[in-house]
Amino acid sequence: MVTLSINGESHDVEMDSDTPLLWALRDGLLFNGTKFGCGIAQCGACIVLVDGRPVRSCVTPLSSVAGKKITTIEGLSSDRSHPVQQAWIEEQVPQCGYCQSGQILAVTALLNKTPQPSDTDIDDFMAGVLCRCGTYPRIRKAIKKAAELAGKTPKGV
Amino acid sequence: MIETTLSRRDFLKIGIAAGGGLLIGFSLEACGRKQQPAGTGTQAQTPAAMSRAESSTAFTPNAWLSISPDDVVTVQVASSEMGQGTMTGIAMLIAEELDADWDKVRAEFAPAEQVYFNPLLHRQHTGGSTAIRGFWNIVRKAGAVGRDVLVHTAAQQWNVDAEQCRAAKGVVYHDASQRSVRYGALAEAAASQPLPETVFLKEPGEFTLVGKATPRLDIPQKVDGSAVFGIDVQLPGLLVASVARCPVIGGTVKAFTADKALAVAGVKQVVKISSGIAVIAQHYWAAKKGRDALEIEWDEGPNSKLSTETILAQFAAALKNNKDLPERNDGNIEQGLKNAGKTLDVVYIAPYQAHVCMEPMNATADVRSDGCDVYAPTQGQTATQDTAMAITGLAREKVKVHTTFLGGGFGRRSEQDFISDAVECSKAAGKPVKVIWSREDDVMHDQYRPSTYNIMRGGVDKQGRIIAWEHRIAGPSILARLMADRAKDGHDFTSTEGAKNIPYTIDNTFVSYAMVNPGVPVGFWRSVGSSQNAYITECFFDELAKLAGRDPLQARLELMDKFPRHAGVLKMAAEKAGWGKPLPEGHAHGLAVAEAFTSYVAQVAEVSIERGKVRVHRITCVVDCGMTVNPDSIRAQMESGIVYGLTAALKGAITINNGRVMQSNFDNYPLLRIDECPDIEVHIMPSTEAPGGIGEPGVPPTAPAVANAVFALTGKPVHSLPIRLT
Repeated sequence: MVTLSINGESHDVEMDSDTPLLWALRDGLLFNGTKFGCGIAQCGACIVLVDGRPVRSCVTPLSSVAGKKITTIEGLSSDRSHPVQQAWIEEQVPQCGYCQSGQILAVTALLNKTPQPSDTDIDDFMAGVLCRCGTYPRIRKAIKKAAELAGKTPKGV
Repeated sequence: MIETTLSRRDFLKIGIAAGGGLLIGFSLEACGRKQQPAGTGTQAQTPAAMSRAESSTAFTPNAWLSISPDDVVTVQVASSEMGQGTMTGIAMLIAEELDADWDKVRAEFAPAEQVYFNPLLHRQHTGGSTAIRGFWNIVRKAGAVGRDVLVHTAAQQWNVDAEQCRAAKGVVYHDASQRSVRYGALAEAAASQPLPETVFLKEPGEFTLVGKATPRLDIPQKVDGSAVFGIDVQLPGLLVASVARCPVIGGTVKAFTADKALAVAGVKQVVKISSGIAVIAQHYWAAKKGRDALEIEWDEGPNSKLSTETILAQFAAALKNNKDLPERNDGNIEQGLKNAGKTLDVVYIAPYQAHVCMEPMNATADVRSDGCDVYAPTQGQTATQDTAMAITGLAREKVKVHTTFLGGGFGRRSEQDFISDAVECSKAAGKPVKVIWSREDDVMHDQYRPSTYNIMRGGVDKQGRIIAWEHRIAGPSILARLMADRAKDGHDFTSTEGAKNIPYTIDNTFVSYAMVNPGVPVGFWRSVGSSQNAYITECFFDELAKLAGRDPLQARLELMDKFPRHAGVLKMAAEKAGWGKPLPEGHAHGLAVAEAFTSYVAQVAEVSIERGKVRVHRITCVVDCGMTVNPDSIRAQMESGIVYGLTAALKGAITINNGRVMQSNFDNYPLLRIDECPDIEVHIMPSTEAPGGIGEPGVPPTAPAVANAVFALTGKPVHSLPIRLT
């Protein structure tokens, strides 16, 4: 059994400690917002924040995150009020929507590190988060919108 | 408003919704008894209810829409939402004619029922960019019926003529007496109104919602993780399965040992199913570990020597041996080539491509003796029902299909392999089972976009006019695999679309197709034949234009007199992109135009070569898709189609060796990334034509626009994809 701190709450998971965090979240704890995309840290659909940093949960064994602060999409806000979520709605980013939890959490981490990212910052940070629907142009706009919104509201996660 | 008679085939019916309220649903009997037209306030008519037939208030479980006493309008959407915006578009059409308050409109996915068949496809299916085109009329009529009965109900309650009432944003008004009433307050009484014989549909100029950029209904749940995709389905006692498939295409299981798999903690059962060996476990990770521990001996079957080279050799041989059948023959191609002062004779090759939806294939089934529920991200509800019926032996009404959100579709989710996996596993386990494919399963066991081999010959005369065009295609047939009776004569329209219908009048035009099915399964891939044929034809056109010493835009426009909508988008795209104007040093423009699914798209790509790699800076896109429903969805689908097309143009290809697909995941089958994504500018051509498709038509012009820019930069034509500079 491994105890995880997810979105500010403690959860016990009855799974082998080598189980990837992704499957503990999804199948063990029913945090289904975190998505399975590739299983080899190539697409970013499974990104969650661990102590504020983006982590690919599909290759992160449970044992390595015990006791650390994990944030999933469900924990970003209770009412879609996080600046990144707001910007995502305003710019109408998602299409199929499957990769968007990973995109939103990656952007949250980017903005925590670089509150006013340049295009190059965005390219560098986001190049590893894939979207097959091609929402990239809107993601780019929404990141800038989120940076603007975040400047006006208290700091997010 | 246009008065429209409700026909028997509209199957509309009025009823009481569960929990009280109005429901506009279906009747499978005749509908529309003789009566007078009903009120919309803009047409003279008889007073309300004078000759309206009595209604049936019987509860019908399925409907196009229902209105609850709290004003919420719930729309049943018969098409699948895979990102293309259909859920919102269909709801907008209903809300428009209903004069609903958009803020009160919700959408749900309809169950699998014959009444939800797409009129263009004769089954419940989302494909061929048909959702809006197919449902455009019927859902508007359903909305108009709703408005009609609500207005009549209000008029009766106020004892005024319905024609003196008007509806707007979910409220009926009688301006003369300054009275108004919300739809919710009328809903229950309206449910006992008779079905009108005719309804009044708005003319485009009267639209207040349709044609305006409208926020999508599904976006809020896609930013907080609450949207339920197929992979997210949970049921009490649900087990999860992973299936080991033969790595050789078409191979089967010869023998297997499950002992080590069964020893993995959490593994419940190992069963042989038609696609391979399924490991059924408490959760995915246990199923995957169990699967990895399987010992399987495969019978590699007839394809074990198949490779990309042998496949292309088969295609080339078919054309060499004149196995191609004529698909179009204008003028005399041989004479045309003879008359041409200059000719070209070249080969274009399109590779196999995979769909790679971000959500890996999956489905959940709960097979019981008395029925079966399938929960799936499917593009084909009718086909899903058929699949489950065939496996379980249950009658159609016992098989319920619950459509979830689709994490991408692109044609892949019209297939049935992931459905049959789930149904077979649940049947074997006697419990609900969710089957999840790994990404490797997805890339290696797709039904790919056909690879084709194309011999192109063309000629230009002394005046620089293209007078001969020959396109001979050899490649596999999608229909031969999926609808064999439609391909048995050796023709397949999906192989020649985009080739047969080039938008140029050329005196001598010959197009032919040789069906060669080497064994690699092929399927519908976003924009289907047009995706590879637009690449081939639009690039070959630029080769001929260069041969003639002509500007690619001018050379096209001269031949487009009979294709005004193609010419319209092309001219506008060229103008918006600044075609012919100076570009930064080292940059070049390329353009392409194509029609697909009755929409017309032109794109201009601005490209440079940086450090030996193709860099696409900007794509200017113009789309003429007729009347628009949600312009923002149209823009999004153009952006989406362009990025999809860029991946095919620039990134990878599916190759075969020893009967195996050589790619397996994003590391060796890469997708376009944000740092490679150009600026995309989309313009929508104003139009009053009937709506065209929008999910797919953005794809075809992208690869040729980029390839033509590369040709302009390097002088070397791009004869195969993906584009490689060396």
